[in-house]
Amino acid sequence: MRKVAVVGVGETKFGPAQSKTAVELLAEAAMDALNESNLKPKDIQAMFVGNVLGDFSEGQGMVQSFAAENIGCFNVPANRYEGACASGSMAVRDAFMWVASGFYDIVLVGGTERAATMGTPLATRTFAMFSDSRYEYGAGITFPGVFALLTYLYSIKYKIPLPKLKEQLAHVNVQSYQHGLHNDKAHLKKAVTVQDCLNSMMVASPLQLHDCCPFSDGAAAVVLASEDAAKKLTKKPVYIVGVGQSSSGPLCNQNDFLPRLRARELAVEQSYKMSGLKPSDINLCELHDCFSIASLIAAESLGFFEFGTSGDAWVKGQADIGGKVAINASGGLKSKGHPIGATGVGQVYEVTKQLCGEVEPERQVPRAKVAMTDTLGGDAGTICNIILQRGW
Amino acid sequence: MDYKLPFAEYNDALKKNKLLGLKCKDCGFITVPSKMVCRKCSSTNLEIVQLKGTGKIQTFTTIFVAAEARECECPYTIVMVELDEGPWIMGNLFVDPNRATMDNLIGKRVDFGVKVFPGDRYSAGNIARPQFSLAE
Repeated sequence: MRKVAVVGVGETKFGPAQSKTAVELLAEAAMDALNESNLKPKDIQAMFVGNVLGDFSEGQGMVQSFAAENIGCFNVPANRYEGACASGSMAVRDAFMWVASGFYDIVLVGGTERAATMGTPLATRTFAMFSDSRYEYGAGITFPGVFALLTYLYSIKYKIPLPKLKEQLAHVNVQSYQHGLHNDKAHLKKAVTVQDCLNSMMVASPLQLHDCCPFSDGAAAVVLASEDAAKKLTKKPVYIVGVGQSSSGPLCNQNDFLPRLRARELAVEQSYKMSGLKPSDINLCELHDCFSIASLIAAESLGFFEFGTSGDAWVKGQADIGGKVAINASGGLKSKGHPIGATGVGQVYEVTKQLCGEVEPERQVPRAKVAMTDTLGGDAGTICNIILQRGW
Repeated sequence: MDYKLPFAEYNDALKKNKLLGLKCKDCGFITVPSKMVCRKCSSTNLEIVQLKGTGKIQTFTTIFVAAEARECECPYTIVMVELDEGPWIMGNLFVDPNRATMDNLIGKRVDFGVKVFPGDRYSAGNIARPQFSLAE
């Protein structure tokens, strides 16, 4: 396998419902990524695009082909990836493998979504399509509901009384909002206190409004190139050194492992093995905090903290910039936002900018050399991890 | 190869208060919901069995923000129940939402009932699901 680098990245602001189409959003992010890569559209050999609900949000399917033509990548093969909220990371991983294999030298990966445009009722309905439609949607499961079920299981398994766990989760939210305040791309920019979290409206007990990420519109794009091509394009190649992906069936059938998610632990294992790195090598991580409890579950399976201890780690600042590992310095899905098809690509955008030392100074992780992304689709139906390393 | 217990058949049985699953004739494992193969040993040597539907609540949540067209059901409580035969299953629980707490629900035994979601424009028909109640 050849080495593969990220050579340029682009991202729109993530935000509430807006008027640009999914293709237009992706086109903006893609042109920024191309310009940063010192490339022209004709240099792109293939496109890999995460988009989940274009058909529901604006009646647009096959967004990848329209986007390719729109930005002047005429007639390139263009694939769409749908793995719920992990779609963008699936696209990055597949693009990586095509370049690593030698089939392509330079490809564009994008993600785009108008989740906010759908409005909460339709977005809640369509997101629930990533649970088992026959055997679980009948009961009225929603995405906050899935993670609410896991919250009680977490409380029981690790013997953390619910009030204490809720306070730990509030600290997770406060940290994410704090980072998002300094991120120009972030959707929810506000200072929030522990008390604000505990006073917010109940969504799916015991998860409250501030425990939940928003539905966002937005797009992100990254250009991947082989090592030889990358060296000609940039002095700052960020290499993808490990990837992992795994799948699971319905939530009920994951019962032997819950509240841990088996798909994540397999994907994490693959990515560490490929990279030859270990959790203590990771300086920063963008992980899938769709709900506050998801951060704790993820951080433990990623190997950053012992099982049942990550809430305490957040409270003590160990998951913050300057701590053991800087988690979601972007504000995460909670504050930066969650345009689902774009989210994984946006995570790669963020960690690439961090490794290049190019984010706002208030949230720059100092001396960052190795970063990881973690993206979860559905109720762990798909989980993807990517490890990236500075190439200079 | 024919699918042993398709959803339509499971759903029709459930509407008659019969909870069906698959028992592996090779390893004895019970698979619920129905699959093509045994969830433990991947054998296709399966037979349809009726389950009691009783079990213990493992976790729950009360939903206050529902999906499109289901707002009128709020608030409602979802439970994951470990059936006496072993598998976990998702369903609803008859309970006052104010009494849906860990102390009142976790580990408690439930009796089995059924409720039918009439379906919406995306669901390709109706969907029956367990409607549990706390055992006396």
